[in-house]
Amino acid sequence: MLEVRDATIRFGGTAAVDGMSVTVADGEVLALLGPSGSGKTTLLRAVAGLQPLDAGAVRWDGEDLAPMPAHRRGFGLVFQDFALFPHLDVGRNVEFGLRMQGVEPAERHRRAAGALEQVELAGMERRRVTTLSGGQQQRVALARALAAGPRMLLLDEPLGSLDRALRERLTGDLRRVLARPGITALYVTHDQAEAFAVADRVAVVDRGAVVQQGTPQEVWRRPADEFVAGFLGFRTITDAVVAAGVADAGPFGSIPVPGTPDGPARLVIRPDALRLDPAGALEARVRAVTFQGSFSRLDVEVDGAAAVAHTRTPPEPGTTVRLRLDPDEVVALPAG
Amino acid sequence: MRPARVLLVGVPLAFLGAFFLWPLASILWTSLVPGGRFDAGAFGEVLTDGGLLGVAWFTLWQAALSTALTLAAALPAAYVFARYEFPGKRLLRAAATIPFVLPTVVVGTAFLALAGPNGALGIRLDGTVWAILAAHVFFNYAVVLRTVGGLWSHLDPRLEEAARSLGAGRWRTFTTVTLPLLRPAIAAAASIVFLFTFTSFGVVLVLGGAGVRTLEVEIYRQTTTLFDLPVAAVLALLQLAGVTAVLLAYSRYQERSAVEQSLRPAAETARRPRGAREWALVLGVLSSMALVLGLPPAVLLRRSLAPGGGWGLDFYRALGEAGRTAAQTVDAAAAVWNSLAFAAAAAAIALVIGLMSAAVVAAGRGRASRWFDALLMLPLGTSAVTIGFGFVVALDAPVDLRASVWLIPLAHALVAVPFVVRSVVPVMRSVRTRLREAAAVLGASPRRVWREIDLPIVSRAAAVGAGFAVAVSLGEFGATAFVARPDTPTMPVAIFRYLGRPGEANLGRAMAMSVILMAVTAAAIALVERFRAPGTGTF
Repeated sequence: MLEVRDATIRFGGTAAVDGMSVTVADGEVLALLGPSGSGKTTLLRAVAGLQPLDAGAVRWDGEDLAPMPAHRRGFGLVFQDFALFPHLDVGRNVEFGLRMQGVEPAERHRRAAGALEQVELAGMERRRVTTLSGGQQQRVALARALAAGPRMLLLDEPLGSLDRALRERLTGDLRRVLARPGITALYVTHDQAEAFAVADRVAVVDRGAVVQQGTPQEVWRRPADEFVAGFLGFRTITDAVVAAGVADAGPFGSIPVPGTPDGPARLVIRPDALRLDPAGALEARVRAVTFQGSFSRLDVEVDGAAAVAHTRTPPEPGTTVRLRLDPDEVVALPAG
Repeated sequence: MRPARVLLVGVPLAFLGAFFLWPLASILWTSLVPGGRFDAGAFGEVLTDGGLLGVAWFTLWQAALSTALTLAAALPAAYVFARYEFPGKRLLRAAATIPFVLPTVVVGTAFLALAGPNGALGIRLDGTVWAILAAHVFFNYAVVLRTVGGLWSHLDPRLEEAARSLGAGRWRTFTTVTLPLLRPAIAAAASIVFLFTFTSFGVVLVLGGAGVRTLEVEIYRQTTTLFDLPVAAVLALLQLAGVTAVLLAYSRYQERSAVEQSLRPAAETARRPRGAREWALVLGVLSSMALVLGLPPAVLLRRSLAPGGGWGLDFYRALGEAGRTAAQTVDAAAAVWNSLAFAAAAAAIALVIGLMSAAVVAAGRGRASRWFDALLMLPLGTSAVTIGFGFVVALDAPVDLRASVWLIPLAHALVAVPFVVRSVVPVMRSVRTRLREAAAVLGASPRRVWREIDLPIVSRAAAVGAGFAVAVSLGEFGATAFVARPDTPTMPVAIFRYLGRPGEANLGRAMAMSVILMAVTAAAIALVERFRAPGTGTF
């Protein structure tokens, strides 16, 4: 089990990682999700032993790793830019870790072949890494980390340098590899779809600290604060006053928010909360329609307040439509 | 500092101190304190001597003119190589580099074969500035082709397309977009060519005859013919000042004009010529290049095989005889053997010193490392004659090395070290921190990381550097002319001695020996090209 406690790393005067704490249980995949510059990669490097901590501790099964250099930690690391050794072919790249462990050549070849098979590159041992496509390089980097039999896998934006279509395809492959029993992994990404797809649990990171931890569903359903809500793409956030489990949300009307304490609150209205419905209670003017593939995004104005709705049957811009608000898609956050 | 680092910095510094700084200081001493007393008389003598001032002025303008002519001749080729894809391009580019690595004495001899006595062109240009200018263009063509063409091939063509779409014509696009973007490379190429031609020795000595001399040749003449060491020393200082001024101006210019450019892979910017006009352009430029670069060596080869206008190996056979018959012997076989042995020794020394220095430069940041780097490059900017002259005046104490055969490989190594450093440093730097980290995370200890990652990646570059060192040593003439003993001539020295003797037979021997030296040098460079990793170092 990996345990990071109050980790702090400063560059010059600023703390890139500011008292971050996370744990990864055996066999679990934890995604560190956050915008670039939030300190998640720096934390990953500290876990790998490539970056010393200024304060706090990294422990594995209770043992403090501070005195242990990177090459003794036995963690596999997949870099964003892959860092394949350009002077070695695919097979020798994948075998590298086993060679460092002093594994016999025959056994090395066998295990490297197995790792390549897992990433669907069987038989590619003799290819030069410089002739591989981006997606193939990514798979080799993953195979190289897996082949050494690491006690934990660290992945730093492993799909970050690939184009969108490839990223979506490889996300599925990665999940298949990471979901195998016994794989423990820490997965750094700024892409929520990727994090939700591969991780058992997600830790959302902002300015060097974890602001929310939970399963992907929990984080998605109940963002802990406005930063998380905004980062997940929920743009419609409005002031409200709660009394007896009902929020008065001004132009959006009264919305039941059971379990929310009385007083001022902030309401996150997800795009899915607002549905086109001729019988809906809200009247909205359509300011802009953006086609996004399987749905269209509507920028609307509800009695002077801006909001975003998603629909499959977009109206014309400039028209007035009626909307129904689904209270299940609304999250109440404490005000301020 | 850790002991290892002390060694890495200390050994190259000691080498430079003993074989570069100390000889330079001795030249200064000789010029200002001749005979043990301070006396600035030699300065006055030089500055009032019309003949010597004329030499200085000639050195300057022929260098400027050579530079301009070389740029004019080679820029079209740089364009064609950068922007068009055509069969045999890689081979042609490699072949175009050969003149640059040819020994200067061979270049001089080739132009003698072309426009000297009984020359192939039928006109005598030896003894005139024209032969020298032509030889300089031939020799430095590749500098412009590779330096300017190198940047040009990475310029984003979309910038030009943007200018065209904004209404600029072809010519306006070239002058307002392409040329300004190329300026750093043009400035770099121009200053390299200027330095080489400003300190031109072998070419001028062979082609200039009695009347046409550069400072470099004059230093040699003052030392070996007139035995006026103080005047030679003043001239060496004058030349050093000129070189330093050019280098300073260049580095100031580069600092001021540095523009971040988004460069594209060369493969993306070049395409096949389309239509008759473009093919005509490409073929025209290529054939003019073939003429400029191919004719002199071809004529040299032809004439070395043409005793009395026919065909035959007589001149090559005569190389063997010379040792037995002539009173003042030039043993051709020994010269070949000497050259190869010196080249091997020079390459070994340059490799050791160069790798140590490169490790320091590549790892270093900040001012100290930049100074160290600049110091290493200085011998390249210093004229070879100055270095040889410095050896002669300096290395008599504490041990008299002046008669040692080791002087030759040491002098060659001094000039070759910058080539090793320049070949290796970019590769050492390119071993990205990420790769070392990746190896460490996979269980490699720091020592293992060096062995598994740094060493294999750098060794190819080191082979390239060693190849350059061999080529430099084979062709080196300026310093060798001073320090070679009569009984240990190198190939260039032997060629020069043949040229100094009268008669068609000796000219023939010089040509035959030049062809052999050309072949050996080309072989060394072919090895370099084989080992050169794609995209590393220009020279």
